[in-house]
Amino acid sequence: MSLIVEGLTIDHGAIRAISNVSFKVPQGQLAAVIGANGAGKTTLLRTLSGLKEASSGSVTWNGSSILAKRAEDLARSGIMHVSDGKSVIAELSVKDNLALTGLWRKDKKDVAAATKEVVELFPILGQRMSQSAGSLSGGERQMLAIGRALIARPKLLLLDEPSLGLAPLIVEQIFQTIKSLVKKMNLTVVLVEQNAMGALKIADQGIVLNLGSVVLIDSAEKLLNDPAVRSAYLGF
Amino acid sequence: MTQFITAVLTSLSSGAIYALMAIAIVLVWRSTRVINFAQAGQAVLTTYIGYTVIQLTGSFWLALVVAVAIGAVIGAVIDRFFMRPIFKRVKSGPIVMIAPVVATLGLLGIIQAVIGFVWGITNQSIEAPVSTGGYKIMGTVIAFSNYNLLVLVFVAVAMLLLTLLFQKTNIGLALRASAYSPEIAKLSGIKVDSVRTLGWAIAGASGGLAGMLYIPGYFLYPNAMDLLLVLGFIAAVIGGLESLFGAVAGAMILGFAIIFSTTYISPKLFFPTAFIVLILVLLVKPAGLFAPKKSRGA
Repeated sequence: MSLIVEGLTIDHGAIRAISNVSFKVPQGQLAAVIGANGAGKTTLLRTLSGLKEASSGSVTWNGSSILAKRAEDLARSGIMHVSDGKSVIAELSVKDNLALTGLWRKDKKDVAAATKEVVELFPILGQRMSQSAGSLSGGERQMLAIGRALIARPKLLLLDEPSLGLAPLIVEQIFQTIKSLVKKMNLTVVLVEQNAMGALKIADQGIVLNLGSVVLIDSAEKLLNDPAVRSAYLGF
Repeated sequence: MTQFITAVLTSLSSGAIYALMAIAIVLVWRSTRVINFAQAGQAVLTTYIGYTVIQLTGSFWLALVVAVAIGAVIGAVIDRFFMRPIFKRVKSGPIVMIAPVVATLGLLGIIQAVIGFVWGITNQSIEAPVSTGGYKIMGTVIAFSNYNLLVLVFVAVAMLLLTLLFQKTNIGLALRASAYSPEIAKLSGIKVDSVRTLGWAIAGASGGLAGMLYIPGYFLYPNAMDLLLVLGFIAAVIGGLESLFGAVAGAMILGFAIIFSTTYISPKLFFPTAFIVLILVLLVKPAGLFAPKKSRGA
């Protein structure tokens, strides 16, 4: 159960967003994809989850190709993408937002159990069940978005900038939750982040993207501790 | 006094019919962000089919069921085999917003032409299944009959069923999620394309019901629903285009405004009133009176 990306190239019309990107994330590991705005991080994630078509290259998950599959089919097969910042449906209640990933699951008992686990993980959601998701704070929305993904019992979690716009304390809390989930659920995670330091601290592997190309891949620890790398690519 | 009671009752029954068309428009708008002008054609086509069923069997009720069922099928077929290919092919540029709407206008013309070929363009009529004679209040016959009451009851039941479907069922949640955020719905594993087709089907059924209930007071001809389409569209816009409640409320406001202005001021005010109400709402609250609140800040 590993994610293998080979020679992936993605275009936005005439503009090349991702160029010949290759990396591998073994099962149960967290890979942080970091880079500045416009590096192609979000585009990469949208292609992995089936929202965007690739121009060339291959992506395999668990041994089978996932390129050109529909987003909803990938979601049902255990690939959950929590899109940018606060991906919740503002007009729906917290309860309805959480219910979305359980709608198509046959095992309703497990959906109920998973929902209970999510509420235990994020108790604030339990208190806000009947409120509209639009009334939540940024941090609460992020918890809701991650919680919704967890109810599907995912195997591969794709997280797009979960720290965006959140207070440092909340960011720390969210990152620690992600880290503990990886261990507890044996999840494979691709975490896209501009907050390079925060992401690398919890990651096993770091992938640095610049203008659509991979400029560095190494263990997160090495990237964090290499002063040259830090000043050249990470900005801290 | 009797004039006032008549006006209130007539406003309700007119508003109820506008509401069915408004709901059909809102359902399609919510699921595909398209104003479906072909809805008038779809509704008139199902009414012609209902008319044929009545010719063959003599039963209005059977015709009503057939019209609603076929309305749903036509709605689904239009989405699956007409709209979806257009959305797949037209992906960028200003044409994205225009192409689907223009396509529905083209479809309206085609459906009306086909109806002309099959059934001819002369006026037909459908007899109401219950009395259309007005009730007597204090010795005066008012313009509100058993049939008007029947229309009100049917529309109320349809609203109730739709509300239950949308608010209390999993399918309803999938419909709402796909309407508000197709992307998040997809990422949650919901088959948004199929859900959209279902939205078109429910809209088609609603239009089919509107046609069968509307025509007994008027004549049936290929363009018979054009007026109802305009009024339903205005009602939907007044209501904010997003909510079923807004569609019904918008339709009732329109019904009352039209009937009261034509009763108390001048019968010539039918069209001006509809558009004055529309323009006033757009000036005061452009998003419509009942547009849903989105969120705080973001």
